[in-house]
Amino acid sequence: MLKIDQLQVRQLPPLTFEVDAGACLAIEGPSGSGKTVLLRAIADLDATEGQVFLDGVERQAMTGAEWRKQVRFVAAEARWWEPTARPHFADVAGAYRLLVGLGLDSSHLDRPLDVLSTGERQRLAFARALCDNPPVLLLDEPTSALDAAACALVEREILARLDAGVAVLIVSHDSEQIERLSDARLQLGPLSPQASARAPASQLVVDA
Amino acid sequence: MSLTAIDIGLAALLLVINAGLSLAFRLGLAKDLIFSAIRMVAQLSLVGFVLRYVFQSGSLWLTSGTALVMILVAAFEVGQRQTPRFRGFVAEGLGLVTLLVVGTISTLYAVGVVIGPSVTSGPGLLTSFEPRHVLPILGMILGNTLTAVCLSLATLVDLTKRERGAIEAQLALGATRHQAFQRLTQSVLRTAMMPIINAMAVTGLVTLPGMMTGQILAGADPTDAAKAQMMIMFVISGAAGLGAFAAVLGGVRLLTDKRHRLRLDVLVG
Repeated sequence: MLKIDQLQVRQLPPLTFEVDAGACLAIEGPSGSGKTVLLRAIADLDATEGQVFLDGVERQAMTGAEWRKQVRFVAAEARWWEPTARPHFADVAGAYRLLVGLGLDSSHLDRPLDVLSTGERQRLAFARALCDNPPVLLLDEPTSALDAAACALVEREILARLDAGVAVLIVSHDSEQIERLSDARLQLGPLSPQASARAPASQLVVDA
Repeated sequence: MSLTAIDIGLAALLLVINAGLSLAFRLGLAKDLIFSAIRMVAQLSLVGFVLRYVFQSGSLWLTSGTALVMILVAAFEVGQRQTPRFRGFVAEGLGLVTLLVVGTISTLYAVGVVIGPSVTSGPGLLTSFEPRHVLPILGMILGNTLTAVCLSLATLVDLTKRERGAIEAQLALGATRHQAFQRLTQSVLRTAMMPIINAMAVTGLVTLPGMMTGQILAGADPTDAAKAQMMIMFVISGAAGLGAFAAVLGGVRLLTDKRHRLRLDVLVG
């Protein structure tokens, strides 16, 4: 479904891999190894060499905006541009079921974002990114600010999306979470120049 | 009203007093004051001679050439006024296109349509295109448009750097660059238009505008001078607004690419 072909991200060796519909690929590696920049590159938020296909269609065949409507990057730290969450949702009615499933309710849409907890904001941002049902999700540490209960709700939503045929790439520092969600792993090495010189492409392991 | 060199020398005496004060109190300003005063005298004398020559020749080519030089100097200034700056000469290019289009259209409109019929007895349109009408009006339009364009670009660059996260969040959700920058461009335009709105609001109450002062000193009736000032205020405000608008639209394009990605790497420093 999502095919990455010779994608050149920073100093990493060119990356080639595929993620099928309903499959979850975990991206692992130490801090600074390029996990976030890889997700941003796939979402076409940064200029990179290489090709990315969705259902056989290369992203250059559509506008950047059309691509990102389908290949949705969810940043580790959500940014907001209005004081409350409601104006950030394209389809508020469609978001209610999602919010309830994440342990939130409609009151969270209208309270000032800066009085909400970090965890509530993280779940709101997750709902904001999912409410128009993009077929590919690029999740950057989606549960970093959540307690165990809220984390379980987010994971349940991710599993439901996977069942519905969504392709998911997830960056997480929680190895048990990766165990629960992912079918395959992509290991990125540290980005220091010596390390990448000593250990080239072979360091990238996809144990699909 | 014709001033002699002695008159100007007497006026300069005030500045000499300033220089003396600076020396007495060791402000270190005396050198700068004298240097800029000499520069001002040299520049204005040169401009006076050039304009006299152009006005006397009445040549369309000389007038256009002078206008082009004015526009080029202004466009160069556009590139110097943001921190961080744009890489290469893209800001100068945007300034050039904006000032060329806005300056030309506004000047032609002001000279041909607005003042044309009143300064000539015959069919107004063509006879009013004399260098002595075109160049000063272009100068006033360029000066004000330049301020608005510079303010737009500087504010746009500043806000984009600060709001980078919010802009990218919108792009990631599938917004086009124009949608993602919409809130930003609104506040940029409000900022850029503020000096123009303020200038119109207080003009005449605190200070008399330069052109009106000049006309009154030259012996014109104050009510006529006021009418001429209104005309020029409308033209320069309109031109500055158009300039700000064009600069912010162009600026958004410079800060993004064809894939609608935010490209802060076009900025240096």
